[in-house]
Amino acid sequence: MLTAPLDTPRAAGLAADAWSAALLASLPDPWAADAPDVAGILSAVRRRGWDGLRAQPLPSRRQEAWRFTDLGALQAVSPSLLPPDALGAASAWPSAAPGTLRLRLEEGPDALDPQSLPAGLQPMGVGEIEQALGQTLATTGCREHWPVLLNKASSGPVLALRVTGAVSTPLELVSDAGSGSGVLPLRLLLVLDPGASLELMQVHRAAGASLTSVVVEARLGAGATLHHGVVAEGGPDAVLLAHLAVAQDPESTYTLACVSSGWGLGRLEPRVVQIAGAALTRLRGLQHVGGRRIADTHSQVMFAGPEGRLEQVHKVVAEEAGRSVFNGAVRVPRAAQRTDATQLSRSLLLSDRARVDTKPELEIVADDVRCAHGATVSRLQQDELFYLQSRGIAADQAARLLLRGFCEEVLRELPPSAAVWHPLQMPAGPEATAR
Amino acid sequence: MIRSEAPVLLEIRGLHASVEDQPILHGVDLTLRAGEIHAVMGRNGSGKSTLSKVLAGHPAYTVTAGSVLYRGDDLLALEPEQRARLGLFLGFQYPIEIPGVSNLEFLRVATNARRKARGDEELDTFAFEDLVRERLQVVQMDPAFLDRSVNEGFSGGEKKRNEILQMALLEPLVAILDETDSGLDIDALRIVAGGVNHLAGPDNATLLITHYQRLLDAITPDFVHVMAAGRILRTGGKELALELEERGYDWVDEELARWQPTPVEVA
Repeated sequence: MLTAPLDTPRAAGLAADAWSAALLASLPDPWAADAPDVAGILSAVRRRGWDGLRAQPLPSRRQEAWRFTDLGALQAVSPSLLPPDALGAASAWPSAAPGTLRLRLEEGPDALDPQSLPAGLQPMGVGEIEQALGQTLATTGCREHWPVLLNKASSGPVLALRVTGAVSTPLELVSDAGSGSGVLPLRLLLVLDPGASLELMQVHRAAGASLTSVVVEARLGAGATLHHGVVAEGGPDAVLLAHLAVAQDPESTYTLACVSSGWGLGRLEPRVVQIAGAALTRLRGLQHVGGRRIADTHSQVMFAGPEGRLEQVHKVVAEEAGRSVFNGAVRVPRAAQRTDATQLSRSLLLSDRARVDTKPELEIVADDVRCAHGATVSRLQQDELFYLQSRGIAADQAARLLLRGFCEEVLRELPPSAAVWHPLQMPAGPEATAR
Repeated sequence: MIRSEAPVLLEIRGLHASVEDQPILHGVDLTLRAGEIHAVMGRNGSGKSTLSKVLAGHPAYTVTAGSVLYRGDDLLALEPEQRARLGLFLGFQYPIEIPGVSNLEFLRVATNARRKARGDEELDTFAFEDLVRERLQVVQMDPAFLDRSVNEGFSGGEKKRNEILQMALLEPLVAILDETDSGLDIDALRIVAGGVNHLAGPDNATLLITHYQRLLDAITPDFVHVMAAGRILRTGGKELALELEERGYDWVDEELARWQPTPVEVA
């Protein structure tokens, strides 16, 4: 158990739990006259985060949204910002796919060279940021979520991009917490003008006892298209808390393919609102969890108008003593007539000690809608294994083929530029082939 | 083609087997020589499909007594994949759908496993594509099915064609075709039967498991066996199938009733 340092009385009284208090104590005071700032935005954001953490302690399993997800792994993370020199070296990364623009997400706006940005992509000005920042968090109802408050409290500069047309260059944003310990706050703001389109890959890596805290806001104008890939691979002591907040105007298409593995604790919260319905949301999730780790996805899609569509597939591979949590909320209020939503959750349990909690949460008030959902939890199918074996394919190779086949439905939805990261190249463990 | 001097490929002796402790096979004897086509007929529940699964090594079935020699060696000691690599093929009554696994890749991995066991060179992607396109003609199958997931969304007829395509690629020595005719319309039946006839030769043997005479109109068997209550009740030539067609299976029941079933020994 960590206690707040005694020589920081201000911080000690600032947060409702010891870890958060220690974190705040280590951060520059956002009320100080010399606080680092970008035209007042940053300090204001951070003050809201501080206020929030003061009121809200670390989520516990007594709260419904955290019932299956223990944040205990945070206690091993140093309650301070990850030192910049601890970041993972970009030289250890695979080369970017040809034609891809790769930026280091930790550098925020400093990563941008406005001269070299592809046509249709431009950094947002201070006034624009001020207007747009936090809007989508509010629209999607997660402004007061603890991970968001934590991100705000420790926040650095925001990478803010406006997409004004069809960007032909895929954008790749990479963070790498390396093997250091501490908090790595990352914040991205995207505004897609009507008709604009972008292919975005987001990559998070961490090896040490760090917390990668991610808040992404994306605002899609009418007819805009965002193809969003996330590949997150962390170590057994690393924590990932990510909010992906998306607001869609009619006729826009948002495709998210999110693949995560390895984190001691990984929690992803895609939250989408179709502001006036009539948009298409495609969510594909794949989480692989082993060891004694926890992988959690809490998604929410809200249709605030009629004729919206959702195609959601969430897949889980759980082995050893891994724990997987999926909570998929779909909200269809009275205004959302003729909504067409499907949600499918498929989990593969590869060991007796692994655990899967999966919960569709459909809230349907409108009466003229099609909302289908299904959830399965299974092992590798004996009949499928036998079929492959009966064609001369060895049991372990057959198990690998089946596992890959299972994952393929999500992997193939990643943007092409994801391939260099070889997402989820897992070996089939011995338990996968046992029978 | 019956040649008494042809080598014995498969020799089943006194085979007893059970599934979930329920005895199904009660002493099956059957010998397949190279060049022969055998048909095993019988009612549902007579043990036909169990026989095919036991031979292929399905883990749910336990052999409790008896032996199976494959070209003189103990077949039952081998894993399913080893049996396949050595040239035993089971055409499934209900081919399994495997989402996410490309049919083309599946066929290539399987073909190479068999080629390796025979001492042939493994085929790379390009060489395999040439081979598979040639073999597609055996079952008149649309190449588009190669790009789909294994059997996923295939119609009944397409699945059975895919089975025979696998047989054409794996070139088995003993092919066991379990109810290959079920769920096929007349055209699909003709194509599938044509494929089987094309692949049957003097060096291999075929064991057809079927309910109906109609498959045997298209593939002429050298021997017909009638199976009931887990054993082979009668063996004859192709005329036995016609007799079954004419008289139905009722006489089988009468014959069974006259039989004093021998006690089953469970190992």
